[in-house]
Parts: sequence; structure tokens; C-alpha cells
Amino acid sequence: MARDDGSLDNDYLHYPHRHHGYDHDRYDWSMLSERPPVTWPGDKTLAVWINVSLQFYPLNQRGVPFKVPNGMTMPYPDLRHYSLRDYGNRVGIYRLLKALAHYQVRPTFAINAQLAEQTPYLLERLMAFVNSEGGEFMCHGWNMDHLHYGGQDRDEEAEIVGRSVATLRKLTGQPIRGWLSPAKHQSWNTPELLAEQGIEYCADWVNDELPYAFRTDNGPLAMMPLTTEIEDQFVMCQNLHSEDAWVDQVKDAFDFLVEESRQQGGRMLALNLHPWLVGQPHRIACLEEVLGHIAGHEAVWQAPAGEILDAFQAQAGGAR
Amino acid sequence: MKEVLDAYGYWPYENRPKITWPGGARVAFWVAPNIEYYELDPPQNPQRKPWPTPHPSVPGFSIRDYGNRVGHQRQMALLDKFGVRGSISLSVALCEHHPEIIEMCRERDWEFFSHGIYNTRYTYGMSEAQEREMIRDSIETIHRHTGQACAGYLAPALSHSERTLDLFAEVGQEMFGERAGLYTCDLFHDDQPTPIQLRSGRRFVSVPYSLEMNDTIVYAVNKVEPRHYLKMLKRHFDRLYAEGAESGTVMCIPTHNYQISCPHRIKAFEEALEYITGHSDVWVATGREIASHYLEQHYDQALADIAGRAGGTQHHADRG
Repeated sequence: MARDDGSLDNDYLHYPHRHHGYDHDRYDWSMLSERPPVTWPGDKTLAVWINVSLQFYPLNQRGVPFKVPNGMTMPYPDLRHYSLRDYGNRVGIYRLLKALAHYQVRPTFAINAQLAEQTPYLLERLMAFVNSEGGEFMCHGWNMDHLHYGGQDRDEEAEIVGRSVATLRKLTGQPIRGWLSPAKHQSWNTPELLAEQGIEYCADWVNDELPYAFRTDNGPLAMMPLTTEIEDQFVMCQNLHSEDAWVDQVKDAFDFLVEESRQQGGRMLALNLHPWLVGQPHRIACLEEVLGHIAGHEAVWQAPAGEILDAFQAQAGGAR
Repeated sequence: MKEVLDAYGYWPYENRPKITWPGGARVAFWVAPNIEYYELDPPQNPQRKPWPTPHPSVPGFSIRDYGNRVGHQRQMALLDKFGVRGSISLSVALCEHHPEIIEMCRERDWEFFSHGIYNTRYTYGMSEAQEREMIRDSIETIHRHTGQACAGYLAPALSHSERTLDLFAEVGQEMFGERAGLYTCDLFHDDQPTPIQLRSGRRFVSVPYSLEMNDTIVYAVNKVEPRHYLKMLKRHFDRLYAEGAESGTVMCIPTHNYQISCPHRIKAFEEALEYITGHSDVWVATGREIASHYLEQHYDQALADIAGRAGGTQHHADRG
């Protein structure tokens, strides 16, 4: 495509996928506001998915093919980032669980399978929470340094996906229907490998505010977009906004979606949280403020991702 | 490579000939929605990587797709509400991929101008013939799908050659005479339109487009909080409105449907539009209207002033 001298051959002006729809065939082109309206159980208009990402960032980070955001940045051993992320699993999550229980939130716990394996106390506590308060587990890959990427050996990736899903199913005794890739990064094969493992929905593609159907060579997958732009880590760690500004943004997003859902039909707010971040003593009250704003609102149906998907797919407007 | 860009000479802001806008307005206000298509697996360019991670770079692709699936109609509804006709900076392949969007904008008599074929195909490394062909393709595509003779240009992903402005003006003129190839959005040197010097000597202007108010620069590069963006937009407008009493100024809000239309950001945009269009002496215009007015009413006087100003280094008429 590019010549040695930096000039381009004429293929660079060749556009083989310039046609209606997309330059790929993973899903159909469709605009949100043009779709048949959906409603949520209890005639609610806004489905709220509170996602708690439980993550293990290895100290010996390989960084292949890139350093995962929020991972190790210092020369080995990067004790500061390792332990600060570990804080979430030791301390932060227990603050979150209190807040979630207080506001009667039924969360989706997206957990790295290795973390589930190496911290049985934490996993049992999360399982007890799901049993008593409600909620769901989703597979968040093996760990935060096991990224899925184009060029990755297919067998290697298949082994990671298979091991992650199987480990979590075995440890939790739950079906594990959903998948969130570390850093939401995928290879060309990831959707096929997920479908192969019986995964029903994936949260990686943040291109919508409702579930939608996604094709794989191994059968259909549903995409459940887990919004990046109002994630705690995106707003506070990538954009470096204050926790107060994060509260404003989540409230503004919520208020807007409530209004739009009343006018145009059901919408979904997906809020991803990280215990190592919002579980800090100076931030937890901000999470509580957000949950207080959302929970109990008359327009809201708060549910785990899998239940939202079920409600969506049960409706004509949500048919695959 | 040149040390000094020769597209324009030094021309101080103070003491210029007075610009008058239609209706005696102080500020010509325009909104330039970038409606873009980023390819999932674009070819490599030797000077710029289209995506930061191995393809498929799902996070980057999917949020841009969000703009077209979800964001566009939200932005369009607001522009309708405040009586603003968008001037679209268009990845023209969108005419083929998502003609439904083009049709909605065409019905509203919005302006379409060229932003290249795809925002993942860069000008870097193109021969003059290749760049000319790319520009011709873009103008032809806009005409075929909208009937418009393309007046303006913003190079794809702001990737330029030394010939970009010359080629756009020449190809536009060859294809549609004085109806096309009239203005560029690629230069950020001024708050008023300015004459641009071309190798052809053709009458051609820069219309202020503003990187500083560009939502992607504000949000993704400068990491600004949404509510602060509103403050910036108001301050920007207030000063240009005040100065516009002396001589007309231009304010542009360049937008991206995947930034401005996110639920946590759209309120800032709405309030800015309400504020700006709520002022009496504002000419709500399109890029073409501003360029045409300037070319007809002020261009010749500006050339004479530039030539006559003390310390001026270049005389337009001297260039061959």
C-alpha cells in the first residue's frame, strides 16, 4: 500500500467496502430513534445497568499489544499501581457493596476469572450478595494483562476465552451469559470464540444505547453496549475530571435519557464502576449521590444486564 | 518543505475594513457538524496510523459509530429547535454507507462540504494526481447524492499537503465554475474570513471554523468538562459579539455527533445554542453563505487593505 519513499500506490484510493451499511458485516446499520419503541417491565422507560468491574492487574505486566489503561506504568516492580488497583478488591468493593445494598441495586459483577480464582473470599462474598440482593456475574476475561487483539494466535485466544469462562462457571455455579473484554479490546475472532463458549451477550462495542444483534460465524451474539464515556475511570482517570464533575455528568446523562425515553421509547443507561476508583473514601459519597439520584426514580427499571437483554428480546421491537 | 505558509500574508486584526453582515448582524454564527465514517480496517498510511491499537480497534471504531447510530438525530433535533442549518463536514463515503442521514440533512437544506472520502484515509504521501482525484471524487459524490456544488473543504482528519488548498479550489472550479471550491476550513489564523492566496490566483477565502471550540478538541484532547465547555462557548461568543459591533466576526461550533450528543454532554450544547441564537444581532448562516457574502462584499477591499498595510510582506497581485 505504501511505498518505501512514503508515497502511496493507487490502492490507497480504492474503497472496496464503500456501499450501503458498514465496511464489515457484524451487525446491521440502524439509527436508534428509527427503531420500534421498547418498554421495560412495570412500564418503565429507562433500564439502568450498574456494572461493577472487578479486576486483577498483574505486577509482571507484559503490555501486549499495548499497556492496558490504568495498569502498570513504572519500571518493574510497580508497587504503586499494583497495590492501588488491589485496593479495590480488598477495600473499595466492600464500600460499594454497602452502597449497592442501601440503594437496592442489582448489579452485574464483571470479574476477571483469575481474580475469582485467587480470591475465594471475595468471590463468595459477591455470590452471597447476588443470592440475597440480586445481581449477575459476567466474565471480564482472564486478567487485565490478557488482552484480545488482532494478530493474536487464534488457538491462544480460544484457550484464554475457554479457560476464563469455564473457570467462572465452575466457581460460581452460574451460567455466565455475558462477556466484557479487558479494555473492551477484541481480535477479529473474539466474537466467534465467545459464541463458541455459549456466551450470549458481549459489552465491548459502545456504539448504541440499546441491545442489538451481532453476527458471528458460530451463531448470534447480542451486543450490550457498556458506555465508556461516563465510566468512572474514563471521566476521572482518562479525562482527569473531579469526582464532583463525574456526578454532574452521570446525573445529566440520566436526566437526558429519562426524558428521551419518555418521548421516544425505552432507553438503557449502562454505568460501569471500578471499586479501586469510586471505592476510595473521598469518592464513595459521590457514588452514593449518583445511586440516590437514579435508584427509586419513577422511570427506572434497574436490573442486571442479562435481564435487560431478556426483556429486550422478548419484545417485538427487540426481536433479533 | 516551506518555513512559512504562503497561503496568506500577515494582516493585523486591528484597523481592518469594516465587515458588515446581512441585517447588520455583529456575528456570523455557523455550526459545522462533522459527519464521518471511520473504517474498521483501513489501509496503513506511512505517516499516520489510523487507529492506536491493532485492528479491529473496537473502542475507537464503536464510539464513532455511536455518533451515526445515536448521536446524529439528537444533534439534528437541537439544530432544528434553534433554527440552525448545519454545514456538514462530510466523509463523503457516508453518502453510500448511511444515505438515510444524508437524506435527513438534505430535507433540511443543510450544506454539505467535503471532508474527504473517509476519515481514515489521509492526504499524507499522496501525489498531486492522487490528491486531485480524491478531491474530485469527494465533490462528485456530494453532487450526485445531494445536488450541491461543494463550496468548502476540510481535509480528511486535517491531513494536508502543500497543494491541498490549491487543488480544492481548482477542482471545484473545473467541475462547477464559481459555484464550487470557494472556501477552506483548514486554517485557524483568524476570527474573520480572510483572502487566501492560491497558485491559480482564484478568489478563495478561509472561513473561521475554530479548533478551540471544536468539541473533539475540547473533550478528547483538552479533556474539558461538559459544563465548562458551555462556559467557553459563551465567553467565546460574548467577546466576538462585542467586537462584532465594530466589524463583523465569525463564530463556528464544529461538532462531532459522537461527542456533543452523548447524554452527559448534550445539555451544554443545547444551552450554548439557546444563548447564542437568543441574541438579536446574530446572523445564523452556513459556511457557504458566509464565504459568498465575504467574496461579494468584502474580498476586494480586504485585498487592497492587505496590500497597502505598512509592514505587509506580500502583495497578492505579485504572486503568479
